Amino acid sequence: MYAYDELDRTLINERVSEFRDQVKRRLSGELTEDEFKMLRLQNGVYLQLHAYMFRVAIPYGTLSSKQLRRLAHIARRYDRGYGHFTTRQNIQFNWIKLAELPDALAELAEVGIHAMQTSGNNMRNVTSDQWAGVAPGEVEDPRIWSEILRQHTTLHPEFSFLPRKFKIAITASEHDRAAIKIHDIGLRLHKNADGETGFEVLVGGGLGRTPFIAKTIKPFVAGRDILSYVEAILRVYNQYGRRDNIYKARIKILVHELGIEKFAREVDEEWRQMGHGALTLDHSVIEEVRSRFSYPAYEKLPHMPDELKQAAHDPLFERWRKNSVAPHKVQGYSIVTLSLKPVGGPPGDATADQMDAIADLADKYSFGEIRVGHEQNLALPHVAKRDLPQLWKALDRLGLATPNVNLVTDIIACPGLDYCSLANARSIPIAQELTRRFANHDTADMIGRLHINISGCINACGHHHVGHIGILGVEKNGEEFYQITIGGRADENAQMGALIGPAVPYAEVADVIEDIVEAYLALRDRPEELFVDTVKRLGVEPFKERVYATR
Amino acid sequence: MPLVKNGRIATDLFVHVADGAELPGDGAVLISSARFLEDPEAILKRAGKTGVIWPNSRAVDDLVPYLDRLAAVALVFPTFRDGRAYSQARLLRERHGYDGELRATGQVLRDQFVFMSRAGFDAFEVKKDADADAFAETMKRYSVFYQPTGDGRVTALNRRMQLRHSESAGQ
Repeated sequence: MYAYDELDRTLINERVSEFRDQVKRRLSGELTEDEFKMLRLQNGVYLQLHAYMFRVAIPYGTLSSKQLRRLAHIARRYDRGYGHFTTRQNIQFNWIKLAELPDALAELAEVGIHAMQTSGNNMRNVTSDQWAGVAPGEVEDPRIWSEILRQHTTLHPEFSFLPRKFKIAITASEHDRAAIKIHDIGLRLHKNADGETGFEVLVGGGLGRTPFIAKTIKPFVAGRDILSYVEAILRVYNQYGRRDNIYKARIKILVHELGIEKFAREVDEEWRQMGHGALTLDHSVIEEVRSRFSYPAYEKLPHMPDELKQAAHDPLFERWRKNSVAPHKVQGYSIVTLSLKPVGGPPGDATADQMDAIADLADKYSFGEIRVGHEQNLALPHVAKRDLPQLWKALDRLGLATPNVNLVTDIIACPGLDYCSLANARSIPIAQELTRRFANHDTADMIGRLHINISGCINACGHHHVGHIGILGVEKNGEEFYQITIGGRADENAQMGALIGPAVPYAEVADVIEDIVEAYLALRDRPEELFVDTVKRLGVEPFKERVYATR
Repeated sequence: MPLVKNGRIATDLFVHVADGAELPGDGAVLISSARFLEDPEAILKRAGKTGVIWPNSRAVDDLVPYLDRLAAVALVFPTFRDGRAYSQARLLRERHGYDGELRATGQVLRDQFVFMSRAGFDAFEVKKDADADAFAETMKRYSVFYQPTGDGRVTALNRRMQLRHSESAGQ
């Protein structure tokens, strides 16, 4: 965990009082809605279909039990008793009252949580691997760098009015769980030939109506230079990013229009002129940030405790363990994913009662720590293996032990037309229907890893382009239709999915997905060949034939 | 539109002269970049001070050769959402060493004052009277700053390092 100091706390409190003044001026009419809009967006407040929506940052996906309890309190006191975890390590509350927002922010500030820059044309929450610091084989804990960047990007005087929003993600593992290739800047921590730690810097990724996979702009930037290099990218973007058309304003368009080589030259020239000044991070400065992350005092525990051996006789426990429990870098410990994708439920939602109960379980079994991942699930990052059977029982009672992590019902979906004023079509009911269709866990196990992503409009908040199966809601003559893509992925081999055929009406989506999955089961080489690999091997055509032959 | 300079509402000593209008023989003038670049030397030879309104769509490099003879540079915020002039301001102050008046014009509202000041602006053509009146108070909103800019404010990181040193010195 990162411990805020007096300076971090002061800044957040100053931000809350500034926002309180802004809300007061809006309510008195001193600020027009147009003037207020950008100010509220910079504090995470959107105006949605029915009410204001409030997005709170969970930097690099790390929460303490105390913080999670406070989020539960916010859900209960200011909202309707639940919250929604997003694909970028934020939590959203959908029914908040504008006049109460400053109080909600003040209560969050007390536990070191803020909503700064969770929307608006500025640098958004810096995200990272939800297994940071506990995954085996990591170069080092990427959250040190996420925190350095979080501070640097918070209320940045030069880059708070960028052409468009700007998202940074960091990973330090070979397997990318932070989806860095679909970010404006993706940072991959690695060591160079001299053993020095630094970053491969990728730029210009993003989804939306013009999706791009990020390109490598520099294979290695030393850790001490990362702030100045990021600053150089931002300065080029701030000056030359398009501002004439909101749909062409992201950095991906600038990179695409200039070409990565020319863009890289512009950045290098800016970087050279910046020189090695105040942004260079001394070793002592990096260590100062590192020193404020605390790690659990792990016990020396056996690899295979008796409790686990005994529980292995219970097939339901074993199913859950194989699905939801991942190896930890410390022997005797595990990382446990908590599925927020129950059959028939909206993906990523948690009730206030669940949040409180998870906080209690985190205290009991995970050194008081909880993680939030971009797949809209939670994790307990430090669970002793001997405690897994007990934890499983507790999670099962809470409805948080659905053994579907990374399976067909572990669906990523945006809020869609049920909440969002931008949406063309519903997302959540499609997800709910699919979880019912594939509710049989044996079937889901047999299908294997399969990510379905659903977006209710072209803005792609459900990351449909990079779903193994992507579902995009569109509007046709006043009706909801859905375009379906297959073969996308968001990991280290990120790529966009390919359209399988004409859009289908709302009522047919679940049938089509079932057909696609059946086609895959018939076409796959062997049971271990994942859906996405079968699509890669065979292309879209055989799927298209089977799905559209009878339509 | 009130002008705030050096933290207070001040009289604007510069006369805005439109492109077609005749330049007065002396006195401080503020003119467009287009007019200035037509014949910079002639304009700079005038008896009065010269200020230039520089658009946010043109690199400040073209202004650099004249910076030491300019009394004011005004950078433009066509809307408060357009943040290009923040980069221009920092480049003028921090890279090119410009130390004359750096003025923010356009849609300049209270909620940008701290950002602008941190980027190097020291004069503000403020859109609303109430915002100009609230300038001093607004500038006190923040006491913690994460980023090093040329404004001289001590960053959070530096304060922490100082604290560390004083702690270890006391041991």
